[in-house]
Amino acid sequence: MSDVKNVVLNYVKKEYLEEDDDREITFETPLISGGIVDSFSMVSLLVFLENKYNIKIPPDEATPEAFDTVNNIAVLLKRYKVE
Amino acid sequence: MAFSQDIRAIYQKELETIRESGIFKEERIICAPQSSEIEVEFPVGSSHKKVINMCANNYLGLSSHPDVVEAARKGLEHRGYGMSSVRFICGTQDIHKELEKKLTAFLGTEDTILFPSCMDANAGVFEAVLTPEDVMISDRLVHASIVDGMRLCKAQTDTFKHSDMGHLEEKLQLHQKARVKLIITDGSFSMDGDLAKLDKIVELAEKYNAMVFVDDSHATGFIGKTGRGTHEHCGVVGKIDIITTTLGKALGGASGGCVSGRREIVEMCRQKARPYLFSNTIPPVVVSGANRVLDIISKTTERRDKLEKNTEFWRKGLTEAGLIIKEGETPIVPVMLFNAKLSQDFSRELYEHGIYAVGFFFPVVPKGQARIRTQLSAAHERHHLEKALEAFTRAGKKFDILHKTKQEIIDKFGM
Repeated sequence: MSDVKNVVLNYVKKEYLEEDDDREITFETPLISGGIVDSFSMVSLLVFLENKYNIKIPPDEATPEAFDTVNNIAVLLKRYKVE
Repeated sequence: MAFSQDIRAIYQKELETIRESGIFKEERIICAPQSSEIEVEFPVGSSHKKVINMCANNYLGLSSHPDVVEAARKGLEHRGYGMSSVRFICGTQDIHKELEKKLTAFLGTEDTILFPSCMDANAGVFEAVLTPEDVMISDRLVHASIVDGMRLCKAQTDTFKHSDMGHLEEKLQLHQKARVKLIITDGSFSMDGDLAKLDKIVELAEKYNAMVFVDDSHATGFIGKTGRGTHEHCGVVGKIDIITTTLGKALGGASGGCVSGRREIVEMCRQKARPYLFSNTIPPVVVSGANRVLDIISKTTERRDKLEKNTEFWRKGLTEAGLIIKEGETPIVPVMLFNAKLSQDFSRELYEHGIYAVGFFFPVVPKGQARIRTQLSAAHERHHLEKALEAFTRAGKKFDILHKTKQEIIDKFGM
């Protein structure tokens, strides 16, 4: 599971942080409510997960709450047998 | 009485929170026409103070230009005060059509539609032309009005890192299957004063069959050799599908905005854009003034050239004085102070020395990026800028930040 978390964490850092942004992001950091990922940009994360793990996450499951931390995302992925 | 004490308490508490967080906005009362020198009553109730204005969007100095004022006066006499109608019922006069034609010619587009403001243009255009089958891919630093317009639209959304063309290309590849892909950017970014790489953006748009949208509010009238805007600066006139811009900044500064671009897009806005359909027409007096502005700036680049010279002088002066500015070439020149309180204190100090310039800090700009945003105008004479430079230098000395690095300033004042 921590492999999955690390994959997601690395993607979030690469995708959403600017080069000079030295904010520390952990598995527990609030991504959406913390302003790191805005609602317009969430789609990238969703498409990344779907392509990476060959799954389809319906819109009613891809909620801001489910995507708010790497830990939450890992819980969501577990439902799709990704761990 | 519906506004009970309980309800009042909710709002009082919320306002108190805003005050405590240091982001409570207060108006400064100006008791003169907009210009490079204004009289200000601040704080409210104090005597009027004459100051040099370094924070207006009056880039071309046309806000109170006698020819523009005269044209507006004539418009008032010949076409009246108000229209009491939206455009499509009985709110379109000959002068509205004249202004749309002039804007089309000036911007080098196919057609133009006026809106009550550029905020309204941005609020209406996306919803009018895009559907859930489409995608909007925006630069992450676009203006708040674009963000609001995107929220009102049902198309999918995505973003790319500020001016990062590699990242934009990844997004265009990711959304290849969308019916319409619209790349969205400001032309000149209002907080940093940098310009979008429109030549590169157009190249990518052509490669991936995407449309391009540019909000050129902080560029129309003065960026580019003849002031047409960022698309002229980047050599892509005629290649931007949708331009929104404002009459509320360089173009006389009164109010009003427009969507200018492909004929079909403009027509879709006439049929479907809600701020156009449900909001009053721009008043004749403003349209008449704006028509005159377009005549002035279409005939000569004199004002835009003076602005360019003022900008060069100002940027060089601040740098030599030892202040840190955001590099660039636009008349938006942010003086970086990094710390929010310092930006407020610095602004107050400048005001003491007769200079009006405002501090910006989080959430308007990212945390640790507090600044004084200065804006040049063709109405500034050299003596105004010399006096302003002197004040910036004195304030810089007082806070001991001259010739200091970003890290040294942060170490002293904190983020």
